[in-house]
Amino acid sequence: MTVSSTQSLTERHPLADAFPGDGVETIGNDADGHTVLAVDRSHLLEILRQLRDDDRFRCDFLSDICGVDYPDRQQRFDVVYHLANLDSGERYRVKVAVDEDDAVLPSAYGVWKAADWFEREVWDMFGVRFEGHPNLKRILTHEAFHGHPLRKDYDPGQRWLLTEKDIMTPEWAREEQLDDQHMESQVLNLGPSHPATHGTLRTVLRLEGENIVKAESEIGYLHRCFEKMSETHGWQQVIPYTDRLNYCSSMINGVGYALAVENMLGIEAPPRAQVVRVILSELSRIMDHAVCLGANLVDLGALTNFWYFFQIREEIYGLLESCAGGRLTVSYARIGGLAHDVPADFEEQVRRLLDYIPPFVADVDKLITRNRIFRDRTEGIGVLSPEEAVAWGWTGPCLRACGVPYDVRKAHPYMGYEQYEFDVPVATTGDTYARYLVRMEEIRQSLRIIRQAIDNLPGGPVITDDHHVALPPKEKVYTEMESLIWHFKLIFEGIKVPPGDAYHFTEGANGELGYYIVSDGSGTPYRIKVRPPCFALYQAYPHILEGLLVPDAIAILGSLNIIAGELDR
Amino acid sequence: MTNYIPIVIFTLVAVSFPIITLLIAKVIRAGSPDPVKAEPYECGVAAETTAFDTRFSIRYYLIAVLFVVFDVETIFLFPWAVMFDRLALFGFIEMMVFLAILLAGYVYAWRRGALEWA
Amino acid sequence: MWAEILVIVIKVVVVSSVLLTLVPIMVWVERRGAAMIQDRLGPNRVGPFGLLQPIVDAVKLITKEDLTPSGVKGVDRLLYLLAPSIALVVAISVFIAVPFGFDPGLKLFGHAIDGFIVAPNLNLGILYIFAIASLGVYSVVLAGWASNNKYSLMGGIRASAQMVSYELAMTISVVGVLMVSGSFGLQDVVLHQSGTWFGFIPRWNVFPQIIGAITFIVAAFAETNRLPFDLVEAEAELVVGYHTEYSSMRFAAFFMSEYVNMVTASSLIVILFFGGWTLPGFATPAGWLGALVSIGIFAVKVAFFLWFFVWVRWTLPRFRFDQLMALGWKTMIPLAVLNFLLVGAGMALRNL
Repeated sequence: MTVSSTQSLTERHPLADAFPGDGVETIGNDADGHTVLAVDRSHLLEILRQLRDDDRFRCDFLSDICGVDYPDRQQRFDVVYHLANLDSGERYRVKVAVDEDDAVLPSAYGVWKAADWFEREVWDMFGVRFEGHPNLKRILTHEAFHGHPLRKDYDPGQRWLLTEKDIMTPEWAREEQLDDQHMESQVLNLGPSHPATHGTLRTVLRLEGENIVKAESEIGYLHRCFEKMSETHGWQQVIPYTDRLNYCSSMINGVGYALAVENMLGIEAPPRAQVVRVILSELSRIMDHAVCLGANLVDLGALTNFWYFFQIREEIYGLLESCAGGRLTVSYARIGGLAHDVPADFEEQVRRLLDYIPPFVADVDKLITRNRIFRDRTEGIGVLSPEEAVAWGWTGPCLRACGVPYDVRKAHPYMGYEQYEFDVPVATTGDTYARYLVRMEEIRQSLRIIRQAIDNLPGGPVITDDHHVALPPKEKVYTEMESLIWHFKLIFEGIKVPPGDAYHFTEGANGELGYYIVSDGSGTPYRIKVRPPCFALYQAYPHILEGLLVPDAIAILGSLNIIAGELDR
Repeated sequence: MTNYIPIVIFTLVAVSFPIITLLIAKVIRAGSPDPVKAEPYECGVAAETTAFDTRFSIRYYLIAVLFVVFDVETIFLFPWAVMFDRLALFGFIEMMVFLAILLAGYVYAWRRGALEWA
Repeated sequence: MWAEILVIVIKVVVVSSVLLTLVPIMVWVERRGAAMIQDRLGPNRVGPFGLLQPIVDAVKLITKEDLTPSGVKGVDRLLYLLAPSIALVVAISVFIAVPFGFDPGLKLFGHAIDGFIVAPNLNLGILYIFAIASLGVYSVVLAGWASNNKYSLMGGIRASAQMVSYELAMTISVVGVLMVSGSFGLQDVVLHQSGTWFGFIPRWNVFPQIIGAITFIVAAFAETNRLPFDLVEAEAELVVGYHTEYSSMRFAAFFMSEYVNMVTASSLIVILFFGGWTLPGFATPAGWLGALVSIGIFAVKVAFFLWFFVWVRWTLPRFRFDQLMALGWKTMIPLAVLNFLLVGAGMALRNL
């Protein structure tokens, strides 16, 4: 099952000529048009370099690296690189297989900086080593953890004590610097339990006076084995777990997952479900931006704006609650549509929100956007150039603040986003202030999309009538033999997703939210890998900090919108 | 001397207030000491180093020195200011000379970067 | 003699109890005011409009466990325990030299009241206030130093730098006021501001010395460590700065001293620049009625500035430390100097 979804063989593929050597074993396109390359390990680095530098590919963006374990295969692990050319929108997937006994790959850190944490995660989860990686150690699990949990033969029942003595401490934080060159040197822990690390993040800082000279972040405090758990649940049952990824905009995660599976099944949700998904996703985006901006402003001492934004969030929660029953974790999307129809007064409620939200945004705008103190705190702080941002794998508002107009909703429209008129706000300075401006504008653009969507809300069902996927209505189950059989089969066997793999991505509130799904044709996913946008954002954070002050670290952290649930999964 | 009696009384009241409240608190407050609870807070991580052996920026010291210099100088302004009307123009010019010297020091400190941070 | 001491004691008791009563009231105003600004309700469960909330808070704080961080021993421990008391003593003591009402020559127990000020004959008024107020920095520095906590230490040394820097600007911005009133006594400063110019502009110092007034108000914000100058306890960076390790009544002492300082700062702003208890075009009635009316006028003005403190806190973000120091040294001090130069030049020209 190496590249089972590949359509054509090496000789016939138009890009085959680009790789004259024998490094590329197979090349083809998957159903989504992504180019899939199977590569031999010995040529991996050279082919990755070529993919980045060759004018035919120009893959400046590494979106994800993940591992897949096939215990029955001779070369047990697949490591999958997801690449993209952000200008043309071309997507590439490079797969390289490694043996269990010799699970070593060359590190791609030298090609894309984004490989940094993604490679660490593959090491942590699968035990594949990356040679030449600058800091290869565990990332999501504890330093003293045993084994590699995403291997299929890992026994989740194992227990051992992880003590505070074994927590991650970088080498440079241990060494004492008491010589004349470092008279003002000290080591400071920022987090995990700090007012500015909303969620549990930890950054170890080495300070010279108040300047940060070195920083390293530790994550994983909120690791909940989302990917491991998905492998033991039915396809629909994964949806509640997706809510807990980015819990500030849980709807977007659920929709993203449903779309990814629908894509593999080759079905589409009915039009009404699509539009409701758009409306609720955009409201979730507003909510997410509101939380991010509000929290960022609190960290800068402007508490009042936080309340204004949280008032917006509260009202949106009210709508979500009336639709889904839940507020924070809605679990409203289903593969093939939605859990149930929206309430009768949905349109009325959405229109009320459309009038309710703008005054709050305008208030914050008046209080903050031209405030001298705020601008002094944020302008020119945490600057990342467009090239660096892409190299670090940044996406979403943070990337757009650096001047790269990449938005999945525009570049690869899904769920009918091509029908809506909206702009992708782009700033050029790439600093904390630009990130604030982009998010503020995105709130307004999301309102624009919602306005258009609610004007054209179609009627009809909210879930597909394909009974391989969705349960038939209850009354039919009681009255029709066929429906009863469908119901029985779906409940007992689950949805049967055709074997193969696919990477599907949507625009999450923080950037590109990707789901790489491998199915073996059974009722449960074989492997689900989430590409959380803030994972890539956060890996650049310690590098941005060097040379700045502790207060700047706080301002930048807030503006990146690191959501621990999504970061640690 | 009687001018200072109010100060003495007021200070006694001021001092007794925290003492009394702290004593009351001591009598009624809860207490269940625990070595972990008493650890200095460093974001929930056992600190590698304690604050007693860390160093901070020398800039703070510089600011303190500058303060001492300039604060003493500005205190000289006070008697002059109060007597300003009686000293008339002569006093004004006199003080301008003094200020010019003070400002020279201030400009020097500024130019030398003593007021820059980071 | 005994009548005199009795009068003093009454004044002391009244002033200190009013001052300490203002603390819970200000806590309530701050919380309800914040809630009003932020579009929410605020504490409204305990007593009417939540008025008893601060009392409940106090009970809670008193009954909390008092912790001393491990490693704080010997002298450090003494300093650690002493720091909050210093903060409170200093905050309360400053108020001695603050006049808060007009005395038309009233007598109590056959002895002259000698003005509504605790220490009427302290001819160094303003100097005394600055001298005592500058001791406040000790509490912050000692608390930060003795806590054996990196955040506290950073908060403490930041505080010392911030407070001394703005003290300089504050001192200089008062010079202009002293020049026009020709006295250190704050009663004289107030009396000098009674009446009007051209029949409608109050003779308040704020009008001719607007620069001085602004620098003084800004410095007062910095001295009381209130937003946008609360870098000392900058919640998001330094946890809560110098009082991170404090709990129970010791924490409450810091908390109370902040509010007492606010009252003092507001009073000084009113006295130095906004005419104290005077109100132009309003002749104070004679006897006790006049005294009470003047105290009322003063209280209203102070209340406005107390509200201003709250208002600003919930409106502005916070400076970064280097920006704060740059503002203090490079903007505030030159402006304060400019203020008294302008006043001096104006007075010298008039006397020519």
